[in-house]
Amino acid sequence: MSRQMTGAKMIVQALKDQGVDTVFGYPGGAVLPIYDEIFLQNDIRHYLVRHEQGAVHAAEGYARSTGKPGVVLVTSGPGATNAVTGLTDALLDSIPLVVLTGQVPTFMIGNDAFQEADTVGITRPCTKHNWLVRDTANLSGTIHEAFHVAMSGRPGPVLVDIPKDVQFASAPYTAPEDMPVSHYSPKTVGDAERVEQLVDLIERAERPVFYTGGGVINSGRAACDSLRELVDGTGFPITSTLLGLGAYPANGKRWLGMLGMHGLYEANLAMHGCDLMIAVGARFDDRITGRVQDFSPKSAKVHIDIDPSSINKVIHVDVPIIGDVGTVLDQALALWKSRGSKTQSDAVTRWWHQIGDWRKVDCLAYTDNPKTIRPQHAISRLEALTRDHPDRYITTEVGQHQMWAAQYLGFNEPHRLMTSGGLGTMGYGFPASIGVQVAHPDALVINVAGDASWLMNMQELGTAAQYRLPVKQFILNNERLGMVRQWQELLHGERYSHSWSESQPDFAKLAEAFGAHGIYCDDPADLDDAIMEMINCDGPVLFECVVEKHENCFPMIPSGEPHNKMLLGENASTADAIGTSGAVLV
Amino acid sequence: MSPLKIKKGTTKHSAYDLRDPHAEAQERHTLAVVVDNEAGVLARVIGLFSGRGYNIESLTVAETDHEGHLSRITVVTTGTPSVIEQIKAQLGRIVPVHEVHDLTVEGPSVERELALFKVTGQGEQRIEALRLAEIFRANVVDSTLASFIFEMTGTSEKIDAFADLMRPLGLVELARTGAAALSRGAE
Repeated sequence: MSRQMTGAKMIVQALKDQGVDTVFGYPGGAVLPIYDEIFLQNDIRHYLVRHEQGAVHAAEGYARSTGKPGVVLVTSGPGATNAVTGLTDALLDSIPLVVLTGQVPTFMIGNDAFQEADTVGITRPCTKHNWLVRDTANLSGTIHEAFHVAMSGRPGPVLVDIPKDVQFASAPYTAPEDMPVSHYSPKTVGDAERVEQLVDLIERAERPVFYTGGGVINSGRAACDSLRELVDGTGFPITSTLLGLGAYPANGKRWLGMLGMHGLYEANLAMHGCDLMIAVGARFDDRITGRVQDFSPKSAKVHIDIDPSSINKVIHVDVPIIGDVGTVLDQALALWKSRGSKTQSDAVTRWWHQIGDWRKVDCLAYTDNPKTIRPQHAISRLEALTRDHPDRYITTEVGQHQMWAAQYLGFNEPHRLMTSGGLGTMGYGFPASIGVQVAHPDALVINVAGDASWLMNMQELGTAAQYRLPVKQFILNNERLGMVRQWQELLHGERYSHSWSESQPDFAKLAEAFGAHGIYCDDPADLDDAIMEMINCDGPVLFECVVEKHENCFPMIPSGEPHNKMLLGENASTADAIGTSGAVLV
Repeated sequence: MSPLKIKKGTTKHSAYDLRDPHAEAQERHTLAVVVDNEAGVLARVIGLFSGRGYNIESLTVAETDHEGHLSRITVVTTGTPSVIEQIKAQLGRIVPVHEVHDLTVEGPSVERELALFKVTGQGEQRIEALRLAEIFRANVVDSTLASFIFEMTGTSEKIDAFADLMRPLGLVELARTGAAALSRGAE
């Protein structure tokens, strides 16, 4: 039986039927009918952010930490354009979002009306798909389809643009169960012959490595479990991209640490020297591969991915397997076990000895400074004091601190690290931490931040205070744009063009002004107590951790170099390390 | 030590196996893309090509299935084999795209383009233009004492050739539809 209702009511009903209980948004003229309906019900909780970009990042944090789609509601024009950065971020990191935007009434579209923007035109390249709904009769069906598209195949953000007259008009409501089958249904089962080739390679490889990415986490808990079973069963080493951290536990026996530009020495050398690379839900990003021509030159490469366009995009692979990571891993596991669970165990043991030698380099070692807090030390202490917390979630901003967080924090479970990997969006971490805390009210949610990134979306302190969300902002303050400064030092003759902040706020007073708790620490001796004070505070905390200003993030593969040409910390000579051809790369 | 050999499969259907992925030669491919006939779908396809830096040599689009709300876009593009494979994969993941066919590799196909030529001239030139049009089986669809409009259907190469001949004979304007193509045979 179809029920007649207004478009605005339909939107709220469709969200409820899709299992949505949380919406991040900001009202405005073109969405007032929807806000009216939200006012009249209690099933969906709306969180008022302070800027639409914050709403999208909060929804990303919510989505990443739960595996459910994040939902955003913003108005037309500036509301929609402010959401663009978040949409692009979610597209690059494959985060499922459903963003609803208001639009001027259909009869005014194209007239440059007040707060009109061509939202579907602007967001076409930064969404997985988008829709402009011109008729209330299609509204509920479009929203259900939007959820289907956001969550199917490789997840991503979708946007539904809804003119105000469509919100006022009435039409019959279509329930999700009455929807026709969508033609959009990406292939999930891997080609059996390809899986057999993979298993055959697993049985014969002497220097194998698993290279895993965010696709494993996106595929779900079952995929992570299958990955763990296959890795532990074969005894093969495993490394992961930034977005894949936690799919295999950091305290697991086979874990090498993160790979890539600021990845661990042993992980990158294992990638360079392997004879079998099994890429799982990862996309050979330039931050991973370094110089493409010299990327892992001697290996047979297998690539499992649900997105056919990821295959052979950057690196040619020998065995592409298109399908859902979890499903394909299960196929491979079943076949490998049925053939007797064979590996070249002697050779693999020798491979581990080789990796052990690389590990002895101890690439993350640093010397403590008794007078100044070194950022690596700050993160290490954070890890030591929060590692055993039963429910810890980490978000990060973008820059040096992000890489230190990835290097020095251990993630033993998926969905525990929320960070902007693909787009590298400064200002991501704070609103994302709000989204995570909303989804997990009792968890310890820490945003590891740098001062410059954090200030980009600091207005969300109002949101955290309003909803009493006890997010911990752990800000490493070096009064610099640290990563920019590092590149200027290495690549641009130490000309520090506009990479420092002349005027910094008093973060503790800023916290106080918003009704949050401020902590200041600049002495290594006080650091542990200060971190404990942050953890034990039951409200939002702004922790200003003053750190060494000129620290560089190592290891580092300079731009345009292959994996085996890493710069290491402390003793590394950085003079003339990067050729001019590398300087043109970002 | 010797590199790991990949076990040979018994089927050879994957498009990834068809051509040398490292070849640098530019190839010209005709792609047929079946899409939902909805607002913005052409913008999605064109935006993909411009956003990712692919070439479009020609593009035609029209609704081909009114009942099913389907349109067919025929794109002629150039690129190295790996770029062509990327283009197909990227097209395939656009949500309203139903099918992507590479008519250049999927077997024999017919490709036709329609063109209109406006040729102005007097005396001998005019007679020569008309004579060549007959040889090329171009139809006269408009005529004045000082001009002709010829209509011609054929491969893009044939249209190029006719245009080259008409240029010294007074070709003043040329309109081309871009290629439409279908695979040969019953399927």
